[in-house]
Amino acid sequence: MTPPKTTTPKKPWTRAAALRAYEQMMRIRVFEEHANDLYLSAKMPGLTHMYTGQEAVAVGICEHLTADDTITSTHRGHGHCVAKGAAYPEMFAELLGREAGYCRGKGGSMHIADQENGNLGANAIVGGSAGIATGSGFSAKARGNGDVSVCFFGEGALGQGLLFEVMNMAQLWKLPVIYVCENNMYNEYTHYSEVTAGEILGRPQAFGMRTAHVNGQDINEVHTTAKDLIDRARKGEGPAFMLCDTYRYHGHHVGDIARDYYRSKDEEEEWKSTRDPINLFTTWLTSNFKITEDDLANIEAQIRSEAEQAVDFALNAPYPDDSEVDQHVYA
Amino acid sequence: MSTPNVGTTETMTFAKAVNTALAEELRRDPTVFIMGEDVAEAGTPFKVLSGLVDEFGTERVIDTPISEAGFTGVGVGAAMTGMRPVVDIMFGDFLTLIMDQVVNQAAKIHYMSGGKLHVPLTIRTTLGATRRSAAQHSQSLHAWVSHIPGLKVALPSTPADAKGLMKAAIRDDNPVIIFEDKLSFQEKGEVPTSEDFVLPLGVADIKREGRDVTLIATSSMVQVALEAAKTLASDGIEAEVVDPRTTSPLDDATLIESAKKTGRCIVIDEGHRRYGASAEIAAVVSDGAFWWLDAPVRRLAAMDVPIPFAPNLEDLTVPTPADVVSEAVTLINP
Repeated sequence: MTPPKTTTPKKPWTRAAALRAYEQMMRIRVFEEHANDLYLSAKMPGLTHMYTGQEAVAVGICEHLTADDTITSTHRGHGHCVAKGAAYPEMFAELLGREAGYCRGKGGSMHIADQENGNLGANAIVGGSAGIATGSGFSAKARGNGDVSVCFFGEGALGQGLLFEVMNMAQLWKLPVIYVCENNMYNEYTHYSEVTAGEILGRPQAFGMRTAHVNGQDINEVHTTAKDLIDRARKGEGPAFMLCDTYRYHGHHVGDIARDYYRSKDEEEEWKSTRDPINLFTTWLTSNFKITEDDLANIEAQIRSEAEQAVDFALNAPYPDDSEVDQHVYA
Repeated sequence: MSTPNVGTTETMTFAKAVNTALAEELRRDPTVFIMGEDVAEAGTPFKVLSGLVDEFGTERVIDTPISEAGFTGVGVGAAMTGMRPVVDIMFGDFLTLIMDQVVNQAAKIHYMSGGKLHVPLTIRTTLGATRRSAAQHSQSLHAWVSHIPGLKVALPSTPADAKGLMKAAIRDDNPVIIFEDKLSFQEKGEVPTSEDFVLPLGVADIKREGRDVTLIATSSMVQVALEAAKTLASDGIEAEVVDPRTTSPLDDATLIESAKKTGRCIVIDEGHRRYGASAEIAAVVSDGAFWWLDAPVRRLAAMDVPIPFAPNLEDLTVPTPADVVSEAVTLINP
């Protein structure tokens, strides 16, 4: 698959906004490096799915959102959570099942939610959050508050009927929902072309929905395209479907190591070396603003230091008390 | 006896009681809305919602596509973001279509978020056979959802309970599934007129007092039990009829107390017998009232077959007053 050519205007950001976008992408990358280490060193229970490689999608879109706008996320959700404004200590604590986590340790990597920042939650059922995102859009429209809702999902969710049921309603009722399909090309361990008939964009187009197709590795293009779609949704002009071509660097989950039966090392290497979203943006930043590699290295160093402190905090934070087991079953 | 100190009452049908509860809540709280198939102008196939769209408009009484999972999911998301949706699932059999949204999403979101997110969602649907509707429109699937922590399940058996439980469901901050017996819609009863007539979820109701045998009956089976009790009374046997009103939460204490008093207990429920609500209730009573019981707890439930179409066959599948009488007599005079 060849990503479409970039056609973005030269400067979609101010200098400060561009630096913030860089910082947010780096924040996701560094978070996941630590999450991966924690898992591989057996400090993190359960299973987890890495977002690394897809950072430009989450950040490019979430940089348009306020805390009152909502998102729904997936099992591969750390990136969306960080991009929507979550803090490291509570995130690491949640991944380690500690009481200080966003969900008091009861959600974990696959269910992390951060209500204050408008993250309605990761979801471990593929496509399972499409209803929630659409309902949030319904709610915004009913109250006329101009909020939008963004539904992140992978191309694997194209196999789920629920997605099409709610897209039909969103278009019918002109709900402010952006359906963001992150096509990282693999439905778990299967190339999407083996399980996806026809054209992806033909699906939303059949509902009469506005669509866009972007190179998901190019944050400038993601950001610029998302702005138009989000603006018109806020104005009551209805939902949109945004297809982002992207790539996950890791396996389906952290334990998916021997994966050359479904994709080659050459392919992985090619994406990492020529289409890395952070590298692409670094090149663009340093050639379009007075920003040096050193400036960016300083930002990264600051993030790495924050991450180390947060991991330390989380590792030393207590698990929830046993008495918590039957709390929060009912409100 | 189900509604002490409730002020004035009015005679109305079960359907009208549901309609009244919804109208009052729609009027009281602008975040309440109803969505489902043919809920607006059609007022549902049973006409239970007739007239609501005239007062509240199509933005609050919303006809949806035939996409049960989809609009239930929309209800979950709307509930998480400040609304109080009432999702209408035309037949209880269609619960099968919405199970992921109910079981994996609505039921778990509050817990998984460590108590931060809330899902104040009401799902109204039906149960009950003997309408000649055959296998896919006749099931009583309340046990399925009663099995899931995080959900509440209400089973009104009278017009008054229909109003009080519907209002409770809408005002509750949890997902509540309310099952209405299709054959009850035209039944009449006294219904409190107060707009604050809200029944607590998790409190059983003694529909008839008695000393000889406890009949614990749910939903459609409450009238069956009451009819049986009348026949038994003519034979000098005084049955106590206890209606749990909600299977989740279940009012263990009231059920056990009644069984302790009478020493005998029959559970009557229209779900299938195997792994059904009747099994759980019987286990609760057996455990809690063991030393007071003079006989094993008995169960009457739907046969473990798909509901057949042929009227003679269908009538064999669900408990009747005669079945209850015969079971009670055997229990008392073995």
